[in-house]
Amino acid sequence: MNAVVKQEAVRPDTLSAPEVARWRQDFPILQQTVHGKPLVYLDNAATTQKPLAVIEAEARYYREYNANVHRGVHTLSQRATDAFEAARDTVRRFINAARREEIVFVRGTTEAINLVATSFGQRLRRGDEILITEMEHHSNIVPWQLLCERSGATLRVAPIDDAGELRLDEFARLLGPATRLVAVTQLSNALGTVNPVRQLIELAHAAGAVVLVDGAQAVAHLPVDVQALGSDFYAFSGHKLYGPTGIGVLYGKAALLESMPPYQGGGDMIRQVTFTRTTYNDLPYKFEAGTPNIAGVIGLGAAIDYVNTVGLPAIAAHEQALLDYATAEAAQIPGLRLIGTARDKASILAFTLEGVHPHDVGTILDLEGVAVRAGHHCAMPVMAHFGVPATARASFALYNTAEDVATLLRAIRKAREVFG
Amino acid sequence: MSDLRDLYQELIVDHYRRPHNFGPLAGANRHAEGFNPLCGDHLSLSLKVVDGVIEEARFEGAGCAISTASASLMTDALKGRTEAEAEALFAVFHALVTSEDGLPADAPLGKLAVLAGVREFPTRVKCATLAWHTLLAALHQDGQPVSTE
Repeated sequence: MNAVVKQEAVRPDTLSAPEVARWRQDFPILQQTVHGKPLVYLDNAATTQKPLAVIEAEARYYREYNANVHRGVHTLSQRATDAFEAARDTVRRFINAARREEIVFVRGTTEAINLVATSFGQRLRRGDEILITEMEHHSNIVPWQLLCERSGATLRVAPIDDAGELRLDEFARLLGPATRLVAVTQLSNALGTVNPVRQLIELAHAAGAVVLVDGAQAVAHLPVDVQALGSDFYAFSGHKLYGPTGIGVLYGKAALLESMPPYQGGGDMIRQVTFTRTTYNDLPYKFEAGTPNIAGVIGLGAAIDYVNTVGLPAIAAHEQALLDYATAEAAQIPGLRLIGTARDKASILAFTLEGVHPHDVGTILDLEGVAVRAGHHCAMPVMAHFGVPATARASFALYNTAEDVATLLRAIRKAREVFG
Repeated sequence: MSDLRDLYQELIVDHYRRPHNFGPLAGANRHAEGFNPLCGDHLSLSLKVVDGVIEEARFEGAGCAISTASASLMTDALKGRTEAEAEALFAVFHALVTSEDGLPADAPLGKLAVLAGVREFPTRVKCATLAWHTLLAALHQDGQPVSTE
C-alpha cells in the first residue's frame, strides 16, 4: 500500500486514459455548463455523480417491480426481494466478505458507525478505552464520544504529523489492555492520507481490541478485501461510490454480529413477537428493522457492477495520475499550501491560498464552472492541527480528466489575481 | 449569470485585506460572538454604547472576504448611530443582500451597498450577514453566541 513519491510532473496530455471520454458519457449530469462554463466536478469526496446504469436501475425498480421485500407472496414482492438480495451478494463479493449474512444495509457510513457504537458499545464499561485518530471525520468521532458519555469509557486519540500521516509510534503506544475498540479511517477525507490499516489492525488485534474501519472514502478508490485486512467492522456509503444517497453498508464478522444486541426494533428484525418475549431474526436481518431503502440497495448494486466493469485498478491508476499532476502543478502556484502531503495519498488535493479564504476560493472556482468543497470537511480537529479554519478541496473520480485539472489550476490562479 | 467582479468589488477586497476597526476595544460594554459552522468562520464584536449611542465598534476573528468586509463596513457605519438606528440598518442591510428586487436608490446604505452583489450568490448570504446577526446579539446582550445555522 506504500506509494512511491513521484519526482517528476506527468504531462497532462499523456494522462487521461482514452477510456475516460467513454466513461464520461455514462454520467449525464456532466454534460452541462455552470455559469456558462463546462462543469468541472471536483467535489467527489462529498458525493460522486451517478452513472446512467444506477439512475435506470432505481427507476426500473419503481417503474416495473416496486413492492416490499421479505413479505409478500405475490410476484412483484418476489422480484423486489430477489433484486434486493442479489445486491447483497454483489456487495459481499465487492469487499470479499466471507458470508452474505455479514453485509448489513444501513443509511450510510454514519449509521453504520452509530450501529456499532450503540450495539457493540453496550459491552463497554468505565475504564475501557476507544482509540481513534486525529484525522477522523466527525462521524467517526462523535458516536464514540456519545458512547464514552454513556459507558464511562475513555476516548484516546492517536496524533498525526505535519504531513498528515498517522504517528504509528503513538498509535502503538496508545494501544493497551484497556483498548476495547479501535476506529480508524482508511482514507482521510480532509487530507487524502491512506492509512496502513492492515498494519493497524494487526497491532490492535495483538492488543485484544476490535477494529472498525471507516471506508467511506476508500471504497471508490482502492480495492478492498475485508478478509485480507482482517477488519472486524467495515463501514461505507453508496453515494461516494457512484451509488444513491441514503444507502450504506456495515460489514461485520458474523461471530461479532451474532453476539451483539439489535440496534433498532421493528419489523423484519424479529422471528416471533409476543408481549412476554420476542426472539430476533437471523443475520443480517436482526440489524435491518423496518422497510429498507430497497431502491437504494438496488442502485448500490448497480453502482458496484458499474465500478467493476470499469475496474478499480484502472480507476485508481487514473486518479493517481491526476493527483500527481495536480500536486506537482499546484506546488508552482505562489502562496498555495497543500494540506496533507502524506507519502501514500489518494484522490484528494486540499489546500489553502495565502490571502484568499477557502470560501472565496470556492466561489471564484464555481464561477469558472469548477465545483470544489470549501470548509472544514467535517474534520475540525484536522483543521486545528494545521492551524487553519478551513481548506479548499478538490477530489477526483474516474470521469475527471487532465483538462479538468488544468481548469482547476487556471481558476486557482484567477483567485490569486482577484485578491492581488 | 453573475460576474466575479459583481461580488468581489475592489472595495470589498480592500476591506478584506485591510479591515477597518479590527482589534480589541477598550471600554467596550456590549459584546457578542458569531459563528458560521458551515465554514468555521468566527467573529467577535465589541461595542461601546453611551446614552444609547454607539460611540465605538470593533471586531476580531477569522473569516472570508465577504464576512470580513461586511464586518469592516458595518463597524464603520455603526459609529454615531443610536441603537434603534442600528437595528433599523440591520433590516435594510438584510433586504439588500436577500431581496429579489433590491432596494430603492435612496435607501440609507452608503458604502454598504457594495455588498449588493451577494444577492446573486445565495450560498454567501450567511457570510455577509454574520456580522449583522452578531450585532443584534450584542445590542440585545443575551450572552448567547449566534450561529448562522
